[in-house]
Amino acid sequence: MQLTNRSKQVSNKQMTLAERAYLPAIATGLAITIKHFFSKKVTIQYPEVKRYLGPVFRGRHILKRDADGRERCTACGLCAVACPAEAISMVAAERVKGEENLYREEKYAAVYEVNMLRCIFCGLCEEACPKQAVYLRHDEFVPVFTERDQVIWGKDLLVEDMNNRYTREAWTKEEARALDAKRASGEVTNVVPRAIP
Amino acid sequence: MDLVEFLVKTVTIVAVFGLTLVIAMYSTWAERKVAGFIQDRSGPNRAGWGGLLQPLADAGKMFFKEDFIPALANKWLFIAGPSLAMLTALLASAVIPFGSTFRIAGHEVALQGVESNIGILYVFGVVALGVYGIMVGGWASNNKFSLLGAIRAASQNISYEVAMGLSLIAILMMSSSLSLGEIVAQQHGMNWNIFYQPLGFIIFITCSFAECNRVPFDLPECETELVGGYHTEYGSMKLGFYLFAEYINMFISSAIISVLYFGGYNYPGMDFVYEQLVKSFGPEVGHNIATLIGTAVFFGKALFFVFFYMWVRWTIPRFRYDQLMNLGWKKLIPLAIFNIIITGAAVLFLKPVITAWLN
Repeated sequence: MQLTNRSKQVSNKQMTLAERAYLPAIATGLAITIKHFFSKKVTIQYPEVKRYLGPVFRGRHILKRDADGRERCTACGLCAVACPAEAISMVAAERVKGEENLYREEKYAAVYEVNMLRCIFCGLCEEACPKQAVYLRHDEFVPVFTERDQVIWGKDLLVEDMNNRYTREAWTKEEARALDAKRASGEVTNVVPRAIP
Repeated sequence: MDLVEFLVKTVTIVAVFGLTLVIAMYSTWAERKVAGFIQDRSGPNRAGWGGLLQPLADAGKMFFKEDFIPALANKWLFIAGPSLAMLTALLASAVIPFGSTFRIAGHEVALQGVESNIGILYVFGVVALGVYGIMVGGWASNNKFSLLGAIRAASQNISYEVAMGLSLIAILMMSSSLSLGEIVAQQHGMNWNIFYQPLGFIIFITCSFAECNRVPFDLPECETELVGGYHTEYGSMKLGFYLFAEYINMFISSAIISVLYFGGYNYPGMDFVYEQLVKSFGPEVGHNIATLIGTAVFFGKALFFVFFYMWVRWTIPRFRYDQLMNLGWKKLIPLAIFNIIITGAAVLFLKPVITAWLN
């Protein structure tokens, strides 16, 4: 059975004089490498230039607010249960009168912590969440931390900033480029522009 | 007068020494840059502009690492290994003519550390010593991989030195001088030896790859077979010295190649440039500027061959050990002897005919 037509008959024949002299083959090789020497480099200069990783990339967590700026999380604990790395912990609290503009439902997470050393960015918390409150951002990583107290992220880092809302508008590379161009020209301003090569 | 001469010599030697070290230092940077470019990457570019501070960063790292000596190693020989490698690598640069002469207040100062009438012999003596650095280091490590690497280095260097010396004999037959300055001076006016000795050049450059333990002949440090080769047990700046010595050797052999085969500081149209410069700047300044141009040309040639070393490194895979020995003993040595016979015949029979015809 022939699968491809790239297969070659193995032969044990004697090398020709040109092959035994090595030099023609070396010259060919040198020509190939010097061509690559002058060719365009594929490197993306990472911290300055960031590649678009696609709309389903799982970066750092975010606790979403609703359209009125109220926190969606009701501290049901399903994300913590779903988490295989046991990275999420929370303390629930009851909403009191006058906090209706802060929390969408009667129960909310007073403390919501993600241990970024334990998190494996699997996205199961996202899937488990019944309130569409927790998401893994597709455009931001967890930055490098150098101290132990930077490891556990609390609500101060996780809850969405209403002035810089997180949306997943671009679903293809082309859409992402178009969106970036719009952001750069100031038409859309909810997420900080980032470069796409 | 003696004191002045001594001072001038000291300054030249220190300048040559410093220059060799700086070039070797930036060869490490260039190696990584060339490697990157050939592999469609951009190489080191974070430390300084274009990664130019990378060698300093590497050296700093090497200096601050723990200077470890294995318990069962012979301590003195273990230290002597890299020192010898470094010493022999640096010694050879003394006799290389980097340019013709400088005229300072009526005195002619040669741009050459030591004007020796046996320059090429001296280079060969020092290069032959070079293997001791590797041999001593590998043996003193008390590690079988180190020892195997060292033995490989020794046998490889001895094998290829024969072919190298034989290919050189053809040059010496033509120049009838052992002085490097004389050999360069004879190549004046595009009489470069490469046009007369193409075969000898190929043999010589192949052997110098082997002498420098560079790919495709880097079997002494063959990682897949010997962990790290002769420097398996080395770390910190002692390892740095071994790697550094390799780059110095590379530069020295590139310089020797350009001196022996590519006319050293000679370049086409040299006499015309010299005349124009002397006419417009006077015999002293004009001469000195012409010398500087010649030196720049020489470094251009030498650095091209350093680049060629790197270019070959990232192109060709390593030879197998039996292939290495076959190539050395069964191909290069007979070819070199054949080259000697051809050269001898040409010098004896062809040269009088051509000279008579030209006149």
